[in-house]
Amino acid sequence: MRPGSTSAACAALLRRDLLLVWRRRGDALTPLLFATIVVALFPLAIGAQVQELRPIAVGVIFVATLLAGLLALDTLFRGDYEDGSLEQLVVSPHPLALLLACKIAVHWLTTALPLIALSPLLGELLFLDPALRGLLPLALLLTTPLLSLIGAVCVALTVGMQRSGMLLALLVLPLYVPVLIFGAGACNAAQMGLPYLAPLLWLAAGLVLALVLAPLACAAALRISTS
Amino acid sequence: MNDPAAHDRPPLLAARGLSFSRNEEPIFGPLDFALHAGEVVLMEGDNGAGKTTLLRVLAGLLAPSQGEIFLNGEPLTLARLSPQLALLSHQGGLKHDLTALENLRFAAGLHGQRRGLSPVSALAAVGLDGFGEAPVRQLSAGQKKRVALARVLLAPVGLWLLDEPYANLDRSGIELVNRLLERHAHEGGAALITSHGAYAYTSGTPRRIALRPDPAGAESQDDSIVEHTR
Repeated sequence: MRPGSTSAACAALLRRDLLLVWRRRGDALTPLLFATIVVALFPLAIGAQVQELRPIAVGVIFVATLLAGLLALDTLFRGDYEDGSLEQLVVSPHPLALLLACKIAVHWLTTALPLIALSPLLGELLFLDPALRGLLPLALLLTTPLLSLIGAVCVALTVGMQRSGMLLALLVLPLYVPVLIFGAGACNAAQMGLPYLAPLLWLAAGLVLALVLAPLACAAALRISTS
Repeated sequence: MNDPAAHDRPPLLAARGLSFSRNEEPIFGPLDFALHAGEVVLMEGDNGAGKTTLLRVLAGLLAPSQGEIFLNGEPLTLARLSPQLALLSHQGGLKHDLTALENLRFAAGLHGQRRGLSPVSALAAVGLDGFGEAPVRQLSAGQKKRVALARVLLAPVGLWLLDEPYANLDRSGIELVNRLLERHAHEGGAALITSHGAYAYTSGTPRRIALRPDPAGAESQDDSIVEHTR
């Protein structure tokens, strides 16, 4: 009688969560559609002129991505909390932080990555500066996992409460501010021909830190939520 | 208790002076008991007597307010407990969007797999042969309970903590649970199960713990818990 290996447990969890997303693929598309619609509203409201849309293109795409991520955030641990799967993860013989990191990874893969793939199209809707075509997806690639990891900690803290959606937004959005500043700041700097590497490196450093610390914080918060 | 030598070893799970209070309000305890390998203990109590809370404390999900829990004679920690524990809680821990087999395959990946059992054979063992490909959403409450029991059966562990394993089950399901418990105990495992009394583990349970809610705190604490050996 011996428990399975941790890598097998992580693989099983990744497979299960991806399968769950696939079974509810309509729900998984919601953040993508939301971000697209938000971005498409701006030309309608402001007018489809290059000189008006181009300066705000980066900011609009970043804010739309951030809000779409916020929309999807609450589902991260909610289902597992309500059907008792979370308890099974807590009493499993594997490091809870690692299992939660797998869950966050699946969440990022299924909510943020499609949005990054779509970002060139969103850029076209807003006459994004052609010089930023390569940088915007790169900046989003560094920003969105950081948003997912920070958001996951806040979700873990609020999952035990009923109707925590508004509280979650209030808790998460201030923490998103620095990420937004560095991400959009890098693109804005590039647009003005200034060096943009420093904010990207700050994002990368923050991502490394969050990759290590956020799952641990999630594990501690979820242990409190399940007790 | 076929094996008298089992009592020479420290009990698999033991509690000393265990009590739990939520917001200063006592839920249960103080409680002393020991659970040895090869033993099934039935915990009886009315609704609200603190059975589920006690089970969650023993599973390491809740910290006791007072008292100590020992696992094989050593203080209980989640790290020591989790490789030996299968927990069946109220919610069942099943994903309703997945099929019964997909749920069990995930459980096998997470907790490991008992020698000689597979997700398919575990499902057959709880009488759900042929329901493997059905989404759990479409199963009845009793069938969901059976899938959850198959998950417990599949885990390669010695200690079962089962919260209301009889709830929602039909007569053959109750007999199934008794049979599974008997076999588990015979193979050297131990189980602590709760019941609100409507159904009971009938096949020669050695011991019962009765949990009674404290009547408005008027009675002394010691009267609220009765443990009797048959």
